Amino acid sequence: MSAKKGLSAGFLVLALITSFEQGRTQAATKQAPAHGAPASAASKSHNQTQDTQEEGERIFQQNCSRCHNVPDGFSSRISGTVVRHMRVRASLSQHDEEELLRFLNP
Amino acid sequence: MTKRRPSSDTSASGNGYVWLYAAFHAQISRLAAGRASLIALALTLASVAQQSVAQQTPLLSGGVGFLTNTNGGNTTYTPIIEPLLAAPIGQHFLIESRAALLEDFAPKGNGQSGYDHTHFTALTYLEGDYIASRHFTIVGGSYLIPFGTYNERLSPIWIGNFQSGPLITALGLMSTGTGVGGMVRGSAISRRKYSIDYATYFSARSGNENFNSQRAFGGRGDLYLHDARLELGLSYGRRLQDTQENFYGAHLWWEPKDTAFRLRSEFARGHHAQGYWFELDYRTQAFGGLESFWGRFEPVFRMQQTFRRDTIVSDGLPLVNTQRADFGLDYNLPHNTRIYTSYSRQFSSAGDTNIWSTGIVYRFLFPAWKGK
Repeated sequence: MSAKKGLSAGFLVLALITSFEQGRTQAATKQAPAHGAPASAASKSHNQTQDTQEEGERIFQQNCSRCHNVPDGFSSRISGTVVRHMRVRASLSQHDEEELLRFLNP
Repeated sequence: MTKRRPSSDTSASGNGYVWLYAAFHAQISRLAAGRASLIALALTLASVAQQSVAQQTPLLSGGVGFLTNTNGGNTTYTPIIEPLLAAPIGQHFLIESRAALLEDFAPKGNGQSGYDHTHFTALTYLEGDYIASRHFTIVGGSYLIPFGTYNERLSPIWIGNFQSGPLITALGLMSTGTGVGGMVRGSAISRRKYSIDYATYFSARSGNENFNSQRAFGGRGDLYLHDARLELGLSYGRRLQDTQENFYGAHLWWEPKDTAFRLRSEFARGHHAQGYWFELDYRTQAFGGLESFWGRFEPVFRMQQTFRRDTIVSDGLPLVNTQRADFGLDYNLPHNTRIYTSYSRQFSSAGDTNIWSTGIVYRFLFPAWKGK
């Protein structure tokens, strides 16, 4: 019985950590300054977003445009699939994959 | 370039989880510990699954086109479709496949009216990819052989600048261009200034007739200099059956920064023949950018030569030394549609020929099914 309780507590902690990490990842991805935040913090966040976009654009131009023309556009629902396909086909690094995904989903 | 992700894609991870946790806490007071652990497990899996499905809907892509080719006075008309499917599974797997379906129509000769036609259907590749770590991706199944650059990168009809591939394409591709077996590939080193990637494979492809496997192995390594936009690569392949030929390849690609100019070149050497090709293409940005009327024109030039080292023919290259110059003019229409035109002059001791090509290709790319 104690083992089951331990198991359930473990899963609960895991669920909370996973949820917390997901929330943190989304917050980092959106890079939106909170209401009432100081202007410098908002500006810093804006600069980070711009840097991320520039890094993603650089990776896109260097790895994707090297072989093919840029598609006119595609649904954001397949952006993760496109990037994973590129990860394999173009041997992208994990960092490049993450930045490219952020670039395609600002 | 892409549509922004709709807010509905992420809503479940916001209020949805608050509701789920409230429900979870209400349940835990009434349920035994064993049932609670099952709910917690389900909750964990749901949380992980939510992270993985947002942008990973399987996709359908590919090209559909109509091509014409006149080689030495003989004309063929070819409607063609090359569909591609990519389906991610979880966080590390990807299943992808490409096929080709085409029909060749040619006018009947000897004064007869009508057309002869032949059809061709083939599964180009069907592979499963497992991203094992940041440096290793394991590929299993039927895959494109990583020798040189053309087979893996430029062979789809919606990517290549010309309808036909270079004459030396057959070298190093073990007759079919597709291996059956396993491959390990990935990014070996990735730095701000440069990156090195690799691909190595072992194939034991089996024919249908007598099930003798055609074993081969090989690989490719690339160095890419980010600032110079310069890529250098080396390839190697060895056929492990019969004559046990070695194949060597090298390629150089250059795309200067902030231009729409590309240089691609490749050299390959087999046991019985060798050759090279280089290709230049350019789009001007001087008259309103790449999306202007003039910016959509794309002049293309390719030069290639093949040389026979002996008279044993086992590699698909021309039987005699051959030189060929290809002059193309492509036009990139909106909505992923491209018009191809080219004229080629081929010189060899077997006779000089003119080759005219035209075609139009539409590239499609959309989710495999409609989302919520």
